[in-house]
Amino acid sequence: MAAYRCSSPVWLFILCSFSVFIIAGSEETPVAQEQHANVPDNPQTAAETAEQTEKETGGAEERRWEGTEVRDAATQKQAEPVVLQSTPRPKDDFQEELVVRPLHSGDIYASFQFRTLWETDFMRGNKVSHYRLFPKSLGQVISKFSVRELHISFTQGYWRTMQWGQPYLPSPPGAELWVWFQDSVTDVDATWKELTNVLSGIFCASLNFIDSTNTVQPSASFKPLGIGNVTDHRFLRYATLPREIVCTENLTPWKKLLPCGSKAGLAVLLKSEKLFHSSFHSQAVHIRPVCQDWQCKTTSWELRQTLNVVFDLHNSGQGKREWSLFKMFSRTLTEACPLASSSKIYIDITDNPEGEHFELSPATSLLSQAMVLGDRRTFSVYDLTQQDTFGSVRSLNLLIRWKSTEGDMLRPLLHAERYVAGYGLQTGEIHTLMYNNHPYRSFPVLLLDSVPWYLRLYIHTLTVTSKGKDNKPSYIHYQPSKDRVRPHLLEMLVQLPPNSVTEVTVQFERALLKWTEYTPDPNHGFYVGSSVISSLVPSTVAMDTNSTQERPLFSSFFPCKEESSYFVRVYTEPLLVNLPTPDFSMPYNVICLTCTVVAVGYGSLYNLLTRSFQIEEPSPGLAKRIANVIRKMRGVPPL
Amino acid sequence: MKTHLLFNLFTTFLLADGLNIEDSAGQFFSSGHTNNWAVLVCTSRFWFNYRHVANTLSVYRSVKRLGIPDSHIVLMLADDMACNHRNPKPATVFSHKNMELNVYGDDVEVDYRGYEVTVENFLRVLTGRLPPSTPRSKRLLSDDRSNILIYLTGHGGNGFLKFQDSEEISNVELADAFEQMWQKRRYNELLFIIDTCQGASMYERFYSPNLMALASSQVGEDSLSHQPDLAIGVHLMDRYTFYLLEFLEDIHPASKANMNDLFKVCPKSQCVSTPGHRTDLFLRDPGSVLITDFFGSVRKVEITTEAIDLTEPIKEVEERPANGDVHKEMHSYVDQLPVSEIIHQKPKQKDWHPPDGFILGLWTLILLVFFQTYGIKHLRHIF
Repeated sequence: MAAYRCSSPVWLFILCSFSVFIIAGSEETPVAQEQHANVPDNPQTAAETAEQTEKETGGAEERRWEGTEVRDAATQKQAEPVVLQSTPRPKDDFQEELVVRPLHSGDIYASFQFRTLWETDFMRGNKVSHYRLFPKSLGQVISKFSVRELHISFTQGYWRTMQWGQPYLPSPPGAELWVWFQDSVTDVDATWKELTNVLSGIFCASLNFIDSTNTVQPSASFKPLGIGNVTDHRFLRYATLPREIVCTENLTPWKKLLPCGSKAGLAVLLKSEKLFHSSFHSQAVHIRPVCQDWQCKTTSWELRQTLNVVFDLHNSGQGKREWSLFKMFSRTLTEACPLASSSKIYIDITDNPEGEHFELSPATSLLSQAMVLGDRRTFSVYDLTQQDTFGSVRSLNLLIRWKSTEGDMLRPLLHAERYVAGYGLQTGEIHTLMYNNHPYRSFPVLLLDSVPWYLRLYIHTLTVTSKGKDNKPSYIHYQPSKDRVRPHLLEMLVQLPPNSVTEVTVQFERALLKWTEYTPDPNHGFYVGSSVISSLVPSTVAMDTNSTQERPLFSSFFPCKEESSYFVRVYTEPLLVNLPTPDFSMPYNVICLTCTVVAVGYGSLYNLLTRSFQIEEPSPGLAKRIANVIRKMRGVPPL
Repeated sequence: MKTHLLFNLFTTFLLADGLNIEDSAGQFFSSGHTNNWAVLVCTSRFWFNYRHVANTLSVYRSVKRLGIPDSHIVLMLADDMACNHRNPKPATVFSHKNMELNVYGDDVEVDYRGYEVTVENFLRVLTGRLPPSTPRSKRLLSDDRSNILIYLTGHGGNGFLKFQDSEEISNVELADAFEQMWQKRRYNELLFIIDTCQGASMYERFYSPNLMALASSQVGEDSLSHQPDLAIGVHLMDRYTFYLLEFLEDIHPASKANMNDLFKVCPKSQCVSTPGHRTDLFLRDPGSVLITDFFGSVRKVEITTEAIDLTEPIKEVEERPANGDVHKEMHSYVDQLPVSEIIHQKPKQKDWHPPDGFILGLWTLILLVFFQTYGIKHLRHIF
């Protein structure tokens, strides 16, 4: 109110001064123009002086506000085309690819990979400020928390190895996060806690539930996937949230990290209504330092965003076995991402050499072979950077039509299952089965088990048997749990004999939680995260150890050191166990019952003891009352 | 001549100023907010409470459509309906039967989901008392020029609102939270909408200025749901929010509809319950409050007559390789499963922690007893 009252004389003053200006002449408009013209002049002069000082000192080329330099260049070099200026080699590179693999069960597996390679140095306190293709939010996370490697995945559904084979990029159900920090970090646990909170904001997931009760520090699994020579496991943290739900709200920020967003290139196919109507959906982000060239003297940072999805044949409608891009994603492709240096689609046609099982249209002459998952596979390639891929209709809709349903699948060499045995709500037994389907080779596997503290494992009952006989692991690392602080961590290196099943059993007892520690829906049960089985499986063909050749992205994720085997990671199912759950309505029932008993029992006794009785005349009837009134009037004592 | 001109101009300016005063008076009574925030909360869990999630998402959709960006919306959904395994159409949440309107959409960002939606987190978001590592998208970073829209839905009763079937928030707590917000200057004006049974009881206890509240039913009445969908199997929306969504679909960012129109949404004939509202704490007249003051967003527009050249690319300054020539060591990838290394691994050095708790107490007791029996001065002879 006061402010308003003050403003009216101010307005008058302004109006008066305005009128003075009008009377003074027509100098007003040139004044304004001069003011406008002054503004560009100043930065121009500043840029000129800056350039002069640079020329004088010949000093370091720091990044200045290039905007003014451009304007300066525009005014000085007037009609010069941009091409003539020497453009430096771009330091970052973006590639996208889609691999489609028809599965024997009739389903189809599509795997998207988007890779950004950037030659920069996040380590050693280097300040990076100019981001082009690499997303700024992730770059800031890497620099602020001194992260060397970051792997995060969100998965809905479980990968059925026996029906579908091995995935290109394995992931457990729920959310999984494992991070290697740099050795400059002093307090890894505090940094880990802050990192999980920041990532929960970036990916809209409840990663802030990751705390010390579900974080472990594996001692031999999860070696870094990027380059490096420091493998001190003190800087590694691994956590998994098996209950985490994946939905469009996780896909939206994931898509926003891509350079082209979801507007161009392969990412236009990522529509949530089709992607989540599938048997398996997994999206992941992997950040690691990689070699830039074959000499491997300089490192560049690689960001891989991967999305694996398996579409169910019967879920999507018609019974006949026919898949197309439109049927899978309800979109077709019209162009590659303009920022991508390569944009390709690979269709796995190894099982269809002469075209007798299925027919692929539009036909393509590009073929490529790659060594992936221990096998040499042949792929038909569609290069989206070439205009003729899209044909005359300017859109690409791949169609795969099946003619026969024969053929069976090679059994995957390594496969695992896990289940809970036992009855009742007191004890139980966890069984993990590992299958080695190789006919004559045995190979070692590293089993990592992280069990929450409320399942108290009895490690003295741990047995490992193969083919009925005891199989002693060559390395066991066990860290016992601490109630409400740490989970159990069990790591074992087991040699699997050929063509056998190895069973690992351990008994446990269920703990009773405090009543505030139960979730709002405790009768659903509590989840135990998947076991991780890492192994070097012997391969049927010689794997490619040359890490720098131009290889499709899906075959170059796991580094390959020797030719005769390839690295594979298998995740088992998560377990759902019921803990003894109290009846949460009991506090209310007890209060009601106690109050009733107190009121009835004690209350009646109290009344009997403290109540005093008085005799009272009952109130007389109506006739008597009228008579009493008349008697009072007459002055006669009442009845 | 000049003085005559001056006098004329002076009188015209006075008259103009008089008009200006009226304009300024009108402007004074318009909202002086500079930014908009929205806090949308669904408090119910389980599949049969699908309609509460649909309620919240339809308000989210309207608010986003009218201009409030995701960074200014705190969306809290207590359960996931879209990707629930019981949903016959995954990644969709419908508000109308025959699946006409998918309120979930393709561009949704949920800030608090699942078990994170608790009374404590809700009050912390309102009052701003969050742990330091909370990300920005989970914070309500409003200031004293912010207009905030708060929408709550779920199961409620006389004076409370149930959160996730395990706890509840009372109307006193809510009123105190708003008072904390007022004292910390966290809002300019606040619109509170609640769609639960006996919703009017939740705004009875408000006592902070500049609050306007709407509820879907009075004390003693139940808010009813609109219609079930036979394909999905549950009720899709509540009546009040259904008609509210219908009303908001007609609002566009330049609309001049005001709060009196909002009070008329869903009369008793359509809603079965009687919607209520409370405006006694609000300083302005509800007829002068635009719907877009709360549901839309203020946009700062600066008109410039300059031309800005965007066609020339920014020249990248070539960085001098800082240490590249010095380092010539070969990097290599790490062996993923080094069997021999693992087998011969030395047990890792555990960080030494000082003894805590029981052990410390035990040693203290032993030392005390020792010194008690032997005494300090005799220790000279022992050592």
